[in-house]
Amino acid sequence: MSNQAIKIENIQKEYRLGAIGGGTLKGDLQSLWAKIRNKEDPNSKIGDTSGLSKGDRFMALDGISFEVKKGEALGIIGHNGAGKSTLLKLLCRVTAPTAGKISYDGRIASMLEVGTGFHPELTGRENVYMNGAILGMTKAEIDKKFDRIVEFAEMEKFIDTPVKRYSSGMYVKLAFSVAAHLDSEIMIMDEVLAVGDMAFQKKCLDKMRDAAKIDGRTVLYVSHNMNTIRQLCDRCIVLSKGKVIFDGNVEDAIEVYMGQGVETPPCVDLASFKRTQASLVDGVKLKSIKVLDSDIWKIKVGDKLRFSIDIEATEDLTNIGYRSRLSAVDGSSISVLLAPNLFSCKAGEKITIPLEADVTQLVPGRYCLTPVLYGVNPYGGWQFYDHVEKAVTFEVETKPGFNENMEWEQKWWGSVKLPEITDLRISGE
Amino acid sequence: MDIQNNKEQKFQTVIEPKNGWFDLHLKEMLQYRDLVFLFVKRNFVSMYKQTVLGPLWAVIQPLLTTVVFTLVFGNIAGLAADGVPSFIFYLSGTILWTYFNQCLTQTANTFVANRNTLGKVYFPRLVMPVSTVLSNLISLAIQFVFMIGFLIFYVVTDQGCEPNLYILMTPLIILQLALLSLGCGIIISALTTKYRDLAMLVGFGTQLWMYASPIAYDMGSMTVFAPGGKYHTLIMLNPLTPIVNLFRYAYLGLGEPEWIFYGISWAITLVILFIGIILFSKVEKTFMDTV
Repeated sequence: MSNQAIKIENIQKEYRLGAIGGGTLKGDLQSLWAKIRNKEDPNSKIGDTSGLSKGDRFMALDGISFEVKKGEALGIIGHNGAGKSTLLKLLCRVTAPTAGKISYDGRIASMLEVGTGFHPELTGRENVYMNGAILGMTKAEIDKKFDRIVEFAEMEKFIDTPVKRYSSGMYVKLAFSVAAHLDSEIMIMDEVLAVGDMAFQKKCLDKMRDAAKIDGRTVLYVSHNMNTIRQLCDRCIVLSKGKVIFDGNVEDAIEVYMGQGVETPPCVDLASFKRTQASLVDGVKLKSIKVLDSDIWKIKVGDKLRFSIDIEATEDLTNIGYRSRLSAVDGSSISVLLAPNLFSCKAGEKITIPLEADVTQLVPGRYCLTPVLYGVNPYGGWQFYDHVEKAVTFEVETKPGFNENMEWEQKWWGSVKLPEITDLRISGE
Repeated sequence: MDIQNNKEQKFQTVIEPKNGWFDLHLKEMLQYRDLVFLFVKRNFVSMYKQTVLGPLWAVIQPLLTTVVFTLVFGNIAGLAADGVPSFIFYLSGTILWTYFNQCLTQTANTFVANRNTLGKVYFPRLVMPVSTVLSNLISLAIQFVFMIGFLIFYVVTDQGCEPNLYILMTPLIILQLALLSLGCGIIISALTTKYRDLAMLVGFGTQLWMYASPIAYDMGSMTVFAPGGKYHTLIMLNPLTPIVNLFRYAYLGLGEPEWIFYGISWAITLVILFIGIILFSKVEKTFMDTV
């Protein structure tokens, strides 16, 4: 007996774009009649020779294969339209694949959406039974688990109220609770936790982790929240345009997903970036940012980052400050690098300023810089001249000896290695 | 690739692109029988939630229809049967028709009406129409009790109603009605996943069907439909006609059952049901993409 829970072999799912068929029986009959007589389809669009052609087909999933072991928590990430939800739909048997084969053992409990089958007029109690039955439980099973379901959802007080009076949070809690208590071997979750509050999200994640680790259930989890993926999953696949582009370690998967392999060129032309900040003031703009002493944005751990910025002024200004917001590739903020009162400028002037940022405490990984030019307005508040969101992605490379050659547990320890603790006996204070 | 096992792992469930024609999963229906009953309960409870009269509405609707039929077709047009009060004549036809009509239109709408639930979770799709047909049975039962009340009144006051032993066939009559409406309903629902045109026809079609069945008139009162009449065979081939006739014969003592046509009616019912189930299981896997 091998320990696979799910085996997916070369799955394809094809959708047709636009209206299906002619939309009416008449349209389809026309097309069919034209086909029989070998004439041109009267319903096809003129000059329709695009790559999608052949009836505007779209491959939502294009030859996906992977296997999931029993008791494994697999994360699935990818940008919108990558095919995540389609994949889950196929697994839940909501729709069938166009080609390929999916095999699995045991029951699948799916939560593609919270409260599937909840009927607003029925009470919480009735809906628990309803929802449980939809997910494949028998009445006897639900009877046995009913108290635990209600307790987990923290809904004792409201269980006999029609769910149409529930808040969306209450809805999710109850629905998740039902799905989580299903005795299924496989659990499939699609971003269902987004609605619950932090405490409940944590409770759910713990429950799912227990399901995987203790009960040996298999969990498939889709989310755009990298933190929950990190906390829950031990393996992760990245989908892009219907294909698996990465399969393996969670951290690496998140990096692939976040960066999707984009290398920052040594000199970044900032003029081409779209400014997302709304309240920018004219006067001085960033033109480009360039790495010094190297042709790639990569340093060794413990090194300082040297770069230069090109600035073009259109007004006379004094005491302009520069700063770089430092963030991890998944978007979480780490710190900010400040250079207050960096320069003054005259209208029409172009300045190049070489800079050195002390990032020696950053641990190996990939980081983003968001350069900002700012100053003080006449009222004594901040005003911003320029702001280029995530203009640069740079990499801090590990080197021998870092952290005593032990692995840095980024998940728990974060991205900054502060100086080591001083033993006061030795320093002699 | 892993190390090749000599024994390929056997999985319990395998999903493949297409269903075979006879891949009906009827066994699965048994596993989900609790779901069927919960759907029945849900349908019934939610129908009358927040209404003052509650399930009484189940009686009021056919009652009003019966009154209208009695006035228009019975008193003005004179199409009711001789020998029995026209009220009970129309009531008996109306409750059968109401049941059939409700089942048919609701099951025909199954995929479209429940696409939110069906699009998110798997269960045997046939659960939906089957539970619709079952939940309508509850309304039928209420109406039936109501009819029996009137019948007793008419029998006691000796107004020509003669119930006979054929009332024992009631379960069979209801069963056939249920199967026939289920069959027609799921054929339409299977076809409407792609072409909504048919859904437009359902409301209109059922109305026509009603006039093609002896609901609003007695066959004996129209010479073309009466036994020996020009279109007698034609109307008897409508599977509903023998059902309604048998029902009225059993409870009102009206007419004579024609057993050959009754048999044919059963045959048609089973064929329709069979086609329906096959079509339904053919589309159930992928209807979510087109509905």
